[in-house]
Amino acid sequence: MSTLSVIYAILFYAATAVLVVGLALRIKLYAATPTPLKIPTMPAPLTKSGAAFRVFREVAFFESLFKSNRWIWIFAVLFHAGLALVLMRHVRYFQADIWLVVKLIQPFGIYGGMAMVAGLLGLWARRLVQERIRYITGPSDHLMLALLVLIGLSGLNMKFLSHTDIIQVKTFFLGLLRFNIQDLPTDGPLLIHLGAVAALMIVFPFSKLLHAPGVFFSPSRNQVDDARDKRHLAPWAAHMDADRDA
Amino acid sequence: MADQKFETPAFREFRDNPAIKDGAMSHSQPFVAKPEHNTPLGFPGELVDNWEVKAVEKLGDLLNKNRALRVYLDSCVKCGACTDKCHYFLGTGDPKNMPVARQDLLRSLYRRHFTLAGKLVPGLVGAKDMDKEMLDDWYKYFHQCSQCRRCSVFCPYGIDTAEISMAARDIMDHIGVGSKYSNEILAKVHVIGNNLGLPQPALADTLEGLEEDVLDDDGVDVKFPLDVHGADVLLVTPSADFFAEPHVDGLIGYAKVFHQAGISWTLSSYASEAANFAMFIGSYEQMHKVANRIRKAALDLGVKRIIFGECGHAWRVAYSFLNTLAGPWDFLDPKYPVPQHILEVTNGLIQSGGIVLDAEANDDKVLTFHDSCNVARGSRMGDVEGGQFIIPRNVIKASVNRFVEMDPQTTMEKTFCCGGGGGLLTDDLMELRVKGALPRMEALHDVVNNHGVTHMAAICAICKSQFTKVMPYYGFSMDMIVSVHQLVGNAIQLGAKE
Ligand code: SF4
Ligand code: SF4
Repeated sequence: MSTLSVIYAILFYAATAVLVVGLALRIKLYAATPTPLKIPTMPAPLTKSGAAFRVFREVAFFESLFKSNRWIWIFAVLFHAGLALVLMRHVRYFQADIWLVVKLIQPFGIYGGMAMVAGLLGLWARRLVQERIRYITGPSDHLMLALLVLIGLSGLNMKFLSHTDIIQVKTFFLGLLRFNIQDLPTDGPLLIHLGAVAALMIVFPFSKLLHAPGVFFSPSRNQVDDARDKRHLAPWAAHMDADRDA
Repeated sequence: MADQKFETPAFREFRDNPAIKDGAMSHSQPFVAKPEHNTPLGFPGELVDNWEVKAVEKLGDLLNKNRALRVYLDSCVKCGACTDKCHYFLGTGDPKNMPVARQDLLRSLYRRHFTLAGKLVPGLVGAKDMDKEMLDDWYKYFHQCSQCRRCSVFCPYGIDTAEISMAARDIMDHIGVGSKYSNEILAKVHVIGNNLGLPQPALADTLEGLEEDVLDDDGVDVKFPLDVHGADVLLVTPSADFFAEPHVDGLIGYAKVFHQAGISWTLSSYASEAANFAMFIGSYEQMHKVANRIRKAALDLGVKRIIFGECGHAWRVAYSFLNTLAGPWDFLDPKYPVPQHILEVTNGLIQSGGIVLDAEANDDKVLTFHDSCNVARGSRMGDVEGGQFIIPRNVIKASVNRFVEMDPQTTMEKTFCCGGGGGLLTDDLMELRVKGALPRMEALHDVVNNHGVTHMAAICAICKSQFTKVMPYYGFSMDMIVSVHQLVGNAIQLGAKE
């Protein structure tokens, strides 16, 4: 067992802990913060299932983005759908017996990788070319794109140019799951790839990547239009009723 | 600032987005509230000592009370989808009027004090400390947002810049920097009951005058009751309806509808204002206080129903917030939703035959309809999703023969604000109001030129006042703007029913 393997093992344990605990705390905070008023962006669904379906459409199809900007929508879909495929493809590294879906997705995963990078480059180009978006872009926005592109390119590189010993990579990750550290191959591209992924996991709960849980908690999207039928009252505001004249 | 010099923007031939003009509107800000406007609302009279710290404290307080604020401040990915959706950006080209840039004015402080990244690497994530420059930017640009929610329609996470503007104004009020327009009006409401400061005797006088006018014009004795105990309906309407044109023609329309349908109704001098300006300053406490005047009036007068007149922001507070702020309404007749919009009532009567309209009465007009932002995106009418678009159009079409829609990119949930909403309807912001009206004026220009439209109907007191004032800048006559119930009032058949 090499020192490097130990370092990467610790890195991944730490990154996983930060990601899981960080996200859990953030989600807990969102859930615990009251919504004082009914503010769905109208027209809004009149039922709970309708509102859930509205959020689903946002998550699955980026419905509002489709309405507002076709180019951003195309690049965002390329990136996110690509990423989803890639993540599915990577499940095999954590399974001794691989699920059928993961096997079926295997040949498409690679297109996912390409779509992901293409989408990212499209989004990045907009940041540079489009004056309005350039104005609102900060250093962290470029860094985030750089990190994701690095992950994508280093991954594609291992598929097409400099292969790594993926059997050994799998042994390493299966080992991590059993708290039994195995050797990790020492190729540069792999180490870069994994290092960048760990970095992404660590910044996730502290960055704009919080849009992922955020979309589920957005009152303008998830609230039901029923204000006249049901009285909606935040706990912190309830005491005011006692002070009114009538 | 009486004679502000500025150029009315030209219509854009292809509706292309303006080029960015940094600082184009950095001179625009409303008059600052004086101590006598602030203290009655419980706000400090002027900028407090230690305001930098107090502002952060207030932000922390709001973050704990309002999930939307926290989620919206965290979630923006700077995708830019909202950047060309705000009428104030389209009309001015000032980049700080792009919704995301407006949000960032507050987000930079949030990041600095409430996020790990902002504490560790502020420069990387645009985190900043509160200073005079930031406060100045806040005061200017959070008063260049009419809280119209158009940006929230287009944001992939539904981020509503209106919520951010409200929070920022609330924070500013808490450190003693408020807008004179809103705070002065709110102080009047608490004492007198309406935004105009119209006391009971003056109101009674005005209503009597209206009864005489209608009797002269139509020969029918239509009543405008005030403070009548035991009436069935309490009508709450924006105070502009009592005398401003074209608002008052709308009020006459409601009265004729009630008269003809045989509905017993009354106005209240205690709750003689539908518009709740506390929403503009983002103060839940103030909103609660103003809203509960309506509850008290309803209890005192012993009414069975509450109906609101034509007013956009009022209807958002009424439809979406009134149950929260002033409910529960268990003492009212459960057969009716609380509150109802006058258009829901009129629409129902048209369908049931309770009133009869003769659209020929409006044959001198070709109408189009401006969806008011707060009705469109902050409320509903009727019992189906989108009823706020269907019902006003049904009523207009029953009242006039010729009706034309404007560009669908500018109506219904995509409607543009008139440019004067959200507490900006003040002369000290005239340049902003004129420029912000550009997208609506362009769409109107199209239907005037191509379809011979002569009038635009609206259902909001702010829209009506704003358009009356800014339409002449764009070469339209100010009396092109009409109330929907003005059309109803013209068309309604008064007298004995067959
Ligand atoms: S709420 Fe309306 S005025 Fe405010 S930023 Fe959004 S689009 Fe502009
Ligand atoms: S559309 Fe939403 S996420 Fe995109 S920049 Fe605007 S506020 Fe941010």
